[in-house]
Amino acid sequence: MEQKNNGKTEPRLMKGNEALAEAAIRANIDAYFGYPITPQSEVLEYFTREMPNRHGIFLQAESELAAINMIYGGAGAGGRVMTSSSSPGISLMQEGISYIASAQLPCLIVNVNRGGPGLGTIQPSQGDYFQATKGGGHGDYHLIVLAPASVQEMADFVFDAIRLAEKYRNPAMILADGALGQMMEKVILPEEGSLPKPEHSWATVGKPSSRERNIITSLYIQPEKMEGINLELQEKYKKIQDEVRYEEISMEDAEIALVAFGLSARVCQKAVDLAREKGIRAGLIRPITLYPFPQKAISALAEKVNFFLVVEMNAGQMVEDVALAVNGKRPVHFKGRMGGMIPSPEDVVEEIEAIIEKISISQD
Amino acid sequence: MQDAITTNGFEVVYKKPATLTDTPFHYCPGCGHSVVHRVIMEVVEELGIQEQTIGVAPVGCSVFAYHYMDVDMQEAAHGRASAVATGIKRILPEKYVFSYQGDGDLAAIGTAETIHTVNRGENILMIFINNAIYGMTGGQMAPTTLLKQVTSTSPFGREHEVMGYPLKITDLLAQLPGAYYVTRQSVHSAIAVRRLKKAVIKSFEYQKLNHGTSFIEVVSNCPSGWKMTPVESNKWLEENMFPLYPLGDLKVPKDK
Repeated sequence: MEQKNNGKTEPRLMKGNEALAEAAIRANIDAYFGYPITPQSEVLEYFTREMPNRHGIFLQAESELAAINMIYGGAGAGGRVMTSSSSPGISLMQEGISYIASAQLPCLIVNVNRGGPGLGTIQPSQGDYFQATKGGGHGDYHLIVLAPASVQEMADFVFDAIRLAEKYRNPAMILADGALGQMMEKVILPEEGSLPKPEHSWATVGKPSSRERNIITSLYIQPEKMEGINLELQEKYKKIQDEVRYEEISMEDAEIALVAFGLSARVCQKAVDLAREKGIRAGLIRPITLYPFPQKAISALAEKVNFFLVVEMNAGQMVEDVALAVNGKRPVHFKGRMGGMIPSPEDVVEEIEAIIEKISISQD
Repeated sequence: MQDAITTNGFEVVYKKPATLTDTPFHYCPGCGHSVVHRVIMEVVEELGIQEQTIGVAPVGCSVFAYHYMDVDMQEAAHGRASAVATGIKRILPEKYVFSYQGDGDLAAIGTAETIHTVNRGENILMIFINNAIYGMTGGQMAPTTLLKQVTSTSPFGREHEVMGYPLKITDLLAQLPGAYYVTRQSVHSAIAVRRLKKAVIKSFEYQKLNHGTSFIEVVSNCPSGWKMTPVESNKWLEENMFPLYPLGDLKVPKDK
């Protein structure tokens, strides 16, 4: 799908984390609550520098636990609020995110994914795909998850994520990684103030005599009521499927479909070029929304290509969703690096060649 | 009904504040929660700030505080009420924000949030109900449980060698520069209720000054958890709780 680029400013050279923070200020966020963690601390530092001279509240919380609960309070009070962190910090936030999803509060959460598990490494990873797309905390819920693959998208997706969060009263996540956060690229920033703020009739802003009190809660003791809340959420997630976004590169005549998101997709884009130089007709499908997942698009490709190769910076997470979409119609292969390692385009082409080799042996 | 009584020559001198809903309290007979709820809402009514007040409910027996308090409210996760209240107050600095938590919520799982909220001097009112027990989950040991006190997880009495000491968190908070007004009150007698009300009035008025956090501990009872009648529980409160948690102001504004 096309992105609207009207009313943008001059190009600037920026780090991904800083482009994201600048975009958030331009999206008129009311407050940022967060806690330092590598490799996303530039987001906090940018806000601290910029917000006093512009608008919005910056507050460094005592922990990610406190930060996500400040987000709950601020969003419930009708504010446009965001937080950012990296993998271990996002794990700490899961309790609050579950409450936010259940209470249906719009907010933006940014995960600049680093290698895990545990304290792991500060190098880039996509190991939090499951956590981001399947819920992450307790109970049945989903975030809307956008996966940028460039500094430009780090900025643009702030606007997209906030718009979707407010449209559906649902927390939205930008799932980036340490490389996207740290690398510098040319970026054209969205125009300040171009994201209108909707009225939130449900917000706790003080109860005028003209209405009943507003209550932000996720507690429904009676199972019949709690099931009703769940059905309402599931109905919403069905509607959210309409927001699916993906990009296809060189897929028109492709016999082999690479599937990758974020930084891996950048690697695969180069791998497609290298493969084609060798006469291998490879293409790439890049999910832009990880939730909702472009299941139909991948399912349709299963009618066209010989096989799929999913490339991720993890042990194989999105590959499960690809396999579900392909539903056994074609083989789904996987190439992954873990612990902060990034696959090279050459690695990917080698993997393609190895798979082709195996197929030709079995056909002989 | 009350109007009819008035016209019959009687004068209404005491009634349910309009800021409390008609929902009957679910609290056990003799429990202090309903009295504290009433006092807060009475003050909200008398100060005329119902439209400007936002409350935060905890996890614990008072988890449904928003069923009774007729103001906009948010239900926080266990321990996180003061972080939620911070989020609200930062978005709506002109409004009155209060949080309401029990001892497990505020002084165990939420200790970090409690200390840092007060240390930042968040301009809110924090109400802390200390009944030395986890009431809702069935009477387990709380951080404020007294030494030798029997609970379901200290069945032979709290031993400090194994379970540590009762945490006087209010004394600790009073040391923080962000605390503007810190007091310990009770609701076990009519005079105590009136004193609490004065403290709540002051705390809401202080929010207008933007000088820091107001913190009120209410030493309260738990007849069901303590396995006593309401009368016995109030006697036990006076004899056992007050020596460790003495009533009175711990920090008053210097510029008053």
